[in-house]
Amino acid sequence: MMEFFQYEFMRNAFLAALLVSLACGVVGTFVVIRKIVFLTDGIAHAAFGGIGLGYLLGVDPVLSALPFSIVSALGIGTLSKKIKISEDSAIGILFALGMALGIIFIGLAPGYAPDLFSYLFGSILTVPVSDLFLMLVLDICIIIIVIVLFKELQATSFDEEFSEIAGVPTKVINLLFLCLVAFSVIVLIRAVGIILIMALLTLPTLIAKQFTMNLKKLVVFSIIIAAVLTILGLWISYWLDLASGATIVLVLISVFLICAFIKRFMSTFVVNKISV
Amino acid sequence: MKSKSTSIIELSNINFTYNHVPILENITLQVDQTDFLGIIGPNGGGKTTLLKIILGLLKPTSGKITVFGKDPVEGRLSIGYVPQVFRFHYDFPITVLDVVLMGRLREKRLGEHYSSEDRDIAQNALQQVEMHTFKEKHVNNLSGGQLQRVMIARALASEPKLLVLDEPLSSIDSRWQSSFYLLLQQLKKTMAILLVTHDIGALSMYVDQVACLNRRLYYHGPTKEGLQHLSNAYQCPIELIGHGIPHRILGDHA
Repeated sequence: MMEFFQYEFMRNAFLAALLVSLACGVVGTFVVIRKIVFLTDGIAHAAFGGIGLGYLLGVDPVLSALPFSIVSALGIGTLSKKIKISEDSAIGILFALGMALGIIFIGLAPGYAPDLFSYLFGSILTVPVSDLFLMLVLDICIIIIVIVLFKELQATSFDEEFSEIAGVPTKVINLLFLCLVAFSVIVLIRAVGIILIMALLTLPTLIAKQFTMNLKKLVVFSIIIAAVLTILGLWISYWLDLASGATIVLVLISVFLICAFIKRFMSTFVVNKISV
Repeated sequence: MKSKSTSIIELSNINFTYNHVPILENITLQVDQTDFLGIIGPNGGGKTTLLKIILGLLKPTSGKITVFGKDPVEGRLSIGYVPQVFRFHYDFPITVLDVVLMGRLREKRLGEHYSSEDRDIAQNALQQVEMHTFKEKHVNNLSGGQLQRVMIARALASEPKLLVLDEPLSSIDSRWQSSFYLLLQQLKKTMAILLVTHDIGALSMYVDQVACLNRRLYYHGPTKEGLQHLSNAYQCPIELIGHGIPHRILGDHA
């Protein structure tokens, strides 16, 4: 295990895994309980347009992806109501728009985009230190906002209508939460890539949900599960020389299936015991 | 008619159209602080729309409405709202006490956490609906009737002047039915109650007054005369309201 830490890129990858876990534990929990997994995926894919813009303008693609994903998050949140199309249609359009813009921008950019693949499928081993700082800042923003507005986030997630009647500015809270989703997309984009982001924003919470139904505990458990499993995935990918992002996702899915199976087995076992 | 000073909701000539289809036409209705009013009407008759207008969730196409003398968006803070329970997904990670604490939201600033006083009020509200032993339970452990009691407790925790219940009779379980009746009788001493239902049979034993709504307001007055009125005038499509069992509706008609 110590050998694992003797390289700087491994230490950075380890830090990246921890920073990723904070974002996906906190935001992922609300993504799952609000049932907006597809919306989150739309924001993640829209961020690809920002990545392409970064190549075109010659800036760090992660930096240009941040405003892009925030605008797309707010766009989905407001446009679908204004132009009277259903939210899932709006997500579908934005999903494709982001990818199309990204491809056009990259085509217009001079030269070849060598690490483009890493934004699609992630490359936790090559996260630069500057990105680690950006991830840390975004994590801190996410955590502070969720702690301050926990009561409002819980209430609007459970019953938006009642919260509205009780004077909670539900539209503002919802849009703010979509911004947090955009933040977490940026935190995750380097490490796991656009296509695999969904796994990290859903599976840790889905695993944690097998063990607790308390929202605060669910957030904490999700963070811990995400941290342990991303690092385990990273370690396995190192030893077996596999793609890191994909290995992490497969570890998450395997653990989820095992937990779901055990829980099901336990509940039938307990029921049988009682009936005997 | 009671004096105008006690009226808490006033609707005058309210119209609501959706995609050019009239949902509500020329509704004029007054609810007083001492009222226990049941709004009945067939499904699709505009009951939910009327409720949403009173709660400030929808703006009427035309007409004037005040709630506690103010615009509904401000006035609704004095309303305790009990929604239909089927809307909720049961796997949401929230405890019964946390649901009831939502009733305290209106007293709180953005970002301000619930106080121990809020917890006391929430627990008292749970006691009123006989659900205090469930306070640490998660909503996924509750039956439909139990969840409804929790929703009533949540409304009571906001210490409302008006309690609004949307189709409460459809999810009531038989064990809770008589306590529910007694609870409403108790509550009507301290607050106005507005109950919306399509089930006229169950309604007649609860409320003091009825308003019959089917796009237009057909009758608003005491319950007994109201039911008689319905049977005589056929202004409300009784077969829709009563599921085709007029004898049950009309009670002492025969």
